[in-house]
Amino acid sequence: MLPLKDIRNGLMVAGWFVFLTFPLMVIKVNPVEKTIVWRWPNMLYVAAGSFIAYLYVKLAQKNKKAAILVACWTAYLALPLIRYFMYQDISILIWDTTTSIYAAVGAFHMILTLCLFHKHHILRKILSGIWLLFIGTPVVMLLAQAAGKILLPKIPAALHFLTPFIITIEHIQFWNWIRILWVALACYLLYSSLQTYLASKRNIMPDHLTNEPKIRWSQYLYKRPVYLPLLTFCSTFFLLFPHLFSTYQVNIMISALMYVVLGLGLNIVVGVAGLLDLGYVAFYAVGAYSYALLNMHFDLGFWVVLPIGGILGAFFGILLGIPVLRLRGDYLAIVTLGFGEIIRLVLENWNDFSQGPSGISNIDRPPLPGVDLSLEGSIVYMYYLTIVMVIFTIFVVNRLQDSRIGRAWFALREDEIACQAMGIDKMKTKLTAFALGATWAGMVGVLFAAKTTFVNPASFTFLESAIILCIVVLGGMGSIVGVIISALVLILMPEYLRAFSDYRMLVFGAVLVIMMVFKPRGLISSVRRTYTINDETL
Amino acid sequence: MVPGIVAFTGKFFPHSFTLLRNVADIMDFFEPDYFIELLFSGLTKGAIYALIALGYTMVYGIIGLINFAHGEIYMIGAFTALIVSTVLSIYGFPLLAIFILAAVAAVVWASAYGYTIERLAYRPLRNAPRLSPLISAIGMSIFLQNYVLLAQTSDFQPFPALVPDFAFMEPVAHIVGSTDLVILVVSVIVMILLTVMIKFTRTGKAMRATAQDKKMALLVGINVDNVISITFITGSALAAIGGLLIASHVGQINFYIGFIAGIKAFTAAVLGGIGSIPGAVLGSFILGLTESFATGYVSSDYEDVFAFSLLVLILIFRPAGLLGKSTIEKV
Amino acid sequence: MLEVRNLDTYYGNIQALHDISLHVEEGEIITLIGANGAGKSTTLMSISGIVPPRKGEILFQGDPIHELPPNHIVSLGICQVPEGRHIFPDLTVAENLDMGAFLRNDKKQIARDLDYLYDLFPILRKRRHQPGGNLSGGEQQMLAISRALMAHPKLLLLDEPSMGLAPLVTRQIFDIIKKINQEQNTTIFLVEQNANLALKVADRGYVLENGHITLHDRADALLANKDVQKAYLGM
Repeated sequence: MLPLKDIRNGLMVAGWFVFLTFPLMVIKVNPVEKTIVWRWPNMLYVAAGSFIAYLYVKLAQKNKKAAILVACWTAYLALPLIRYFMYQDISILIWDTTTSIYAAVGAFHMILTLCLFHKHHILRKILSGIWLLFIGTPVVMLLAQAAGKILLPKIPAALHFLTPFIITIEHIQFWNWIRILWVALACYLLYSSLQTYLASKRNIMPDHLTNEPKIRWSQYLYKRPVYLPLLTFCSTFFLLFPHLFSTYQVNIMISALMYVVLGLGLNIVVGVAGLLDLGYVAFYAVGAYSYALLNMHFDLGFWVVLPIGGILGAFFGILLGIPVLRLRGDYLAIVTLGFGEIIRLVLENWNDFSQGPSGISNIDRPPLPGVDLSLEGSIVYMYYLTIVMVIFTIFVVNRLQDSRIGRAWFALREDEIACQAMGIDKMKTKLTAFALGATWAGMVGVLFAAKTTFVNPASFTFLESAIILCIVVLGGMGSIVGVIISALVLILMPEYLRAFSDYRMLVFGAVLVIMMVFKPRGLISSVRRTYTINDETL
Repeated sequence: MVPGIVAFTGKFFPHSFTLLRNVADIMDFFEPDYFIELLFSGLTKGAIYALIALGYTMVYGIIGLINFAHGEIYMIGAFTALIVSTVLSIYGFPLLAIFILAAVAAVVWASAYGYTIERLAYRPLRNAPRLSPLISAIGMSIFLQNYVLLAQTSDFQPFPALVPDFAFMEPVAHIVGSTDLVILVVSVIVMILLTVMIKFTRTGKAMRATAQDKKMALLVGINVDNVISITFITGSALAAIGGLLIASHVGQINFYIGFIAGIKAFTAAVLGGIGSIPGAVLGSFILGLTESFATGYVSSDYEDVFAFSLLVLILIFRPAGLLGKSTIEKV
Repeated sequence: MLEVRNLDTYYGNIQALHDISLHVEEGEIITLIGANGAGKSTTLMSISGIVPPRKGEILFQGDPIHELPPNHIVSLGICQVPEGRHIFPDLTVAENLDMGAFLRNDKKQIARDLDYLYDLFPILRKRRHQPGGNLSGGEQQMLAISRALMAHPKLLLLDEPSMGLAPLVTRQIFDIIKKINQEQNTTIFLVEQNANLALKVADRGYVLENGHITLHDRADALLANKDVQKAYLGM
């Protein structure tokens, strides 16, 4: 099944990585006490990991569908084990992280199979999948119940997750309904594996040799029967979110939504106008500190400072923009990066002004007129404020993109000289983009200060700028839906990976690289408004 | 409101602009010893920046990518040197052997990392939109930082002094340390070697040709992929030497040193005109000297602010850097 | 010498060449003419391996080359002078020529070739220490051709040598192309929009339209062909 050549190359790759990671992974020294620890098992892990990864990439190059299935199966089987080793516990009767990851894996797989099949295959596939769920689930449930009743006392605790539905704690039986989803997913995966296997037997032609044009799955999002129900579902979900989930989850969601707004703001600058800004976080800091300082010194309220923060952001945007916007490409990038660092360093060192690294605390939360909010209440209030902000931003950005100035930005991104020949004022157009982007950063900054009630310079490092930029690029440069999705993914992922706290930034970095290597154009490429002429009659 | 404003302004105006610390300090400023000390520390800094900046500028020149992971290569070089030198010193090697072997190990492994990063994270993105490799580089940088953090430690590790105090430096030791001297000498030698390589060797010519016109380089039979790999390897080797030298100068390292050094070196490369090799060296020395004198004579809190302000100022007047070609677009 | 069989080349999802077949015999000058965007340059890029074909095969002296990397193809003796000349702007004229001989190791022969080219284009000798970017369009074209000849090619692919040049300079360049063909016995594959000139120097010609080869004949026959006259010769 595996060609010998691949195995040989895989061994070579493994050897290379063993060499590469040898000093850092195997040896650990303590220069003070003059001791060495040799960690030989690490070498084995590296070798095995790189060997498997290499073979997997080879498989992915040859057969995309099989590779996706392998990934899904691995995730599906590995997660309970990881969970078991981490918590030493498998049976928690709540909608928990593991289950949501199962759901995510399932959804991911379904979307991927959708995008890999041609149009007329999709409906059939979905229907047969659902059909299988209907038949498969009760059967599996019955079997599992029986197994649970008979076998549960006999099998070791580590394998209890195999008897999914009943949990017996001191002779009281709990029904773990949510695990049905898990079984359903297993059926679905099984079914897909079978299909892929059969398809490979039938030797279907590769995509590019068929004459049918390949349909990108992002295009489905723009089709009415898809996006209307999706939109309804999403809006209900987000509206009900604080009532469905704990305060902790709501807090995480608020910050994710803030990044949605930040991403959309930076999208104007980077995605639409094509100006690479690596210091976007500076304007965010300006907004946050303007609320913190004005609130501390003058007792100004949230609603007064919100527009002030936006205006200050824009002001700083223009201030920076006037001298540097004539720089091109990467020169602009490094100057904005420098500017971001300057703002942060000034905040850190100018103690009399900003209270230095210790930051400003006890900032007022946004008040709701006439109601005295509890802590939880104010978080929920904050959540809805952020939602309003997101909707407002989407509305404005959407209108902007289709406006005169929006077209000027797109045009400027493509060809500056042609634009000037058309009579577009290059400087003014760029400055508008820069200032508008900064306005949003300023406003979100105010929101941020109000949410955390505490600001310090450590929240505004270059990493923050980099993450916002990643949101824009991963989202597909200029596409609003893409930015929203990638902001949610990139911000929520490290939060939910908190269980693996040590590894989460490692995984985050790796995910960025992998996403870029496999989807260099981002998740959803932006679709310009086009008018199609019905050419069936032609 | 009015008392608020008074309190507000009164709060930070009396103290904040004491840039010149006091009168006695002003007298110190004009002492030649102090000046020379600052001059040498600036040159040392500049030399280190130059070693890192060269890698940035070479990579930028050849594939137009800001290689954010380059600072991490420098950090990995320093860590490899730390590990190797500690192991060797436990086994009782003499100091000179430790220095040489640590340097060789740092260069070998940093180059290996540079090569691998290019193969994994940048080569698949050769024809992707311009920002995609940049994001990949940022991801790589985050990954490598955390990799070292997890594989080694998050604490600062003391770095052994690999350079002994030379006897002939005794009379000036209070102004210029032996390590400074070694840094200057080694980096000048390395830079001369690099110049010779770029100017006269076959590989150097292939590099220049690839940087100027990749398609044509392919058409005259240059293996462009190999040339790009060699560029990454060379840049990484330089950064590793920089990492080794600065670590033995400062005396401690952690997983985060690559980031700020990388940003500074990149600033230096841009200052000189990115893509230009003499520009990177010039920019680095200017940056090093500015930082050194500004911290010595003005305020040590704002070292990085001076660096970035200098960059902004220079780019306002020379938008393509000091030695960069003015990029007037031909229509 | 060169045989192209049923070539399909794509840029992403857009097909640029449809089922191209052509052959070049040793010592010939052959020309490929066509309008803008017909796929002329793509054909050359496919032969040079820069844009590898998705289907079909290319044989050079009987061996398939369509899966080889560009540097390998150059080492076999196929050299291209691309459209727009692509001089290395910051290398001097001498260094540019030196780059042409990148894959050769015979120092003496290289020096002799260099002399021959300097005699062929005296202006290059005069300017050998100037950066390539400072030359005029005609000089750059001469430099580009010389650089390709430094590789001592068996087959020279020329892409629009007349582009952007004054008629007098164009004529000079074409004379030299003919001279190279006769003196060095270099096979030449010429891609041109200026059909009139190209067909006058060539032995045979192909006509490319929208990625398809529509005509193939002896050059003088094509010159006399009514359709060709109407479409490409402005008669």
